Amino acid sequence: MSTTITTPTGTRAGSRIRYGFADGMVVMRRNVLQISRIPTVLILELVQPIMFVLLFRFVFAGNIITPPGMTYVMYLMPGIFVQNAIFGSTTTAIGLAEDMKKGLVDRFRSLPMARSAVLVGRTSSDLAKNFILLMLVIPVGYLVGFRFTNGLVGAIGMVLLVLIVGFAFSWISATVGLAIKEVEGVQAAMFTGIFPIVFISSALVPVQGMVSWIQPIAKHNPVTIWANCARVLALGDVALPTDPGTKIPTTSLEGLLVLSTIWIVGLLIVFVPVSIRMYRKLT
Amino acid sequence: MAGAIVAEGLRKNFGTVEALRGIDLDVGSGTVFGFLGPNGAGKTTAVRIFTTLLLPDGGRAEVVGLDVVRDAEALRARIGLAGQSAAVDENLTGLENIEMVGRLYHLSSAEARRRAGEILERFGLAEAGDRQAKTYSGGMRRRLDVAASLVARPDVLFLDEPTTGLDPRSRMDLWAMIRELVQEGRTILLTTQYLEEADNLADRIAVVDLGTIIAEGTADELKDQIGGEVLELHVKDPAQAGQVAQTLSGMGVGEPSVDAEAGKVRIPVGSDGPAALLDSVRRLDDMKLALADIALHRPTLDDVFLSLTGHAAEEGHQEQEGSERRKQGRKRGRRRDA
Repeated sequence: MSTTITTPTGTRAGSRIRYGFADGMVVMRRNVLQISRIPTVLILELVQPIMFVLLFRFVFAGNIITPPGMTYVMYLMPGIFVQNAIFGSTTTAIGLAEDMKKGLVDRFRSLPMARSAVLVGRTSSDLAKNFILLMLVIPVGYLVGFRFTNGLVGAIGMVLLVLIVGFAFSWISATVGLAIKEVEGVQAAMFTGIFPIVFISSALVPVQGMVSWIQPIAKHNPVTIWANCARVLALGDVALPTDPGTKIPTTSLEGLLVLSTIWIVGLLIVFVPVSIRMYRKLT
Repeated sequence: MAGAIVAEGLRKNFGTVEALRGIDLDVGSGTVFGFLGPNGAGKTTAVRIFTTLLLPDGGRAEVVGLDVVRDAEALRARIGLAGQSAAVDENLTGLENIEMVGRLYHLSSAEARRRAGEILERFGLAEAGDRQAKTYSGGMRRRLDVAASLVARPDVLFLDEPTTGLDPRSRMDLWAMIRELVQEGRTILLTTQYLEEADNLADRIAVVDLGTIIAEGTADELKDQIGGEVLELHVKDPAQAGQVAQTLSGMGVGEPSVDAEAGKVRIPVGSDGPAALLDSVRRLDDMKLALADIALHRPTLDDVFLSLTGHAAEEGHQEQEGSERRKQGRKRGRRRDA
């Protein structure tokens, strides 16, 4: 039987990586096509951050004490961007659960494609989706009074940070999705887990106003570090945390960048191999 | 030449449930093998092991000479899977679906597109190729699914209940396509709940029940084992069913069975159906017993199971249907409350 298949035989690492990437991109392209075919999903996902912006900007703002020299909307928006990226990562778990339910994952697993491709494709397409959402939420921020005040480089830096945080959370989300497998269960698990992680942080309100025993948790929460880092990148030195109780590195931009990176790399080192292993062992 | 699909003592447990209890199989290259059995018999579990989706707990299996565990990666390039456990992306067009699968078989971009066009044409989906799969009928979707599994010209094709849930017309269409694939010399393993389907398509059939193969052979061999045709009579007055059975006693190859409530009498008549039918009509006419209906049946899956296992094929479904009925009962209950 004639065959034009050029599957890597044996363990030639080079072709393995090449196919891993190429297969991942084929799956990503399919996911992006899917998003473009059902844009209502994207629109619905946009409603949530807009609602948060409006609620916090117009309902909570007057009741929240912000650090000196900063209005609440300026404080809030970088946190909203980080929160949005983390919330947005739940679609990774939901998309995987849907593919499993429909039998698409079975088809993929019976093909000679890379074992990482479905996850790489899904997390990459969610990265693209998060980018589109961010580009739509930033103008909403501008409408309610937010401004980037640290120049273009700072703004781009913040966008990159937010996207990478979302990407890292997509791999956590993938792990949860592969473990739970049911769309409804995944939604419940992600939101029960994500709400406290995001709310016990400086993303939406300053840590100083929290109950004393919760403050240490909030200070060491990576979301606090990312939100603070995003704020400094977007707004400049005015947003540097000045809390004397916090360790030195977190009160400088360099320190925030280093800590942010350590957390992101740490999460990826754990959750990328764990989720790929779980995909491999699916039954 | 070694068989295209070989299994020796293949076992698989899910918790305490033994899904496969030692299956031996040898499917010759270029033949169609039918796996016949009710839901929960272990058919899908076996297919999932052959297609590397599931690891066996014991025994071994080879497809085209490649071990399903050790050589899984190389094996995936040589097989296609469609049916119950494979699927299409309904938000993609038919063409995009096939192209994607082609790319994932590592065909070049141009080759994947060329093959996709070719194969859609062949499966009668060329015109629908640019439409999203969600607009397809059930039969079209199933055809697209089978088409996708063929894009890289696999040596062995696994079709897991390819026609379950299809209307008769779509089923016939798909059968015609499967027959064509066979003529190309491809090896096909097909699972089905329908004896008629296995009879129509398969060179050899294995009857599976509760994780074991309980009979294997050609369709004719199996039918001989089952005992040929069955004569079914529907009595006008159910009270006369017993009398009818008595009249026909000794006529067939076995004793008649009576369903007094429904007024039905069944009697196995072997391979000489038409003569038995005439004989029974004569006898009943003499006795002035009126019939509502009389028909010769070819053995069904039920008959296969009754004769081979002593229980009906539906028993495999019972749990599922029972819970379905319970659900409906609850719904009705709620409605009454409201």
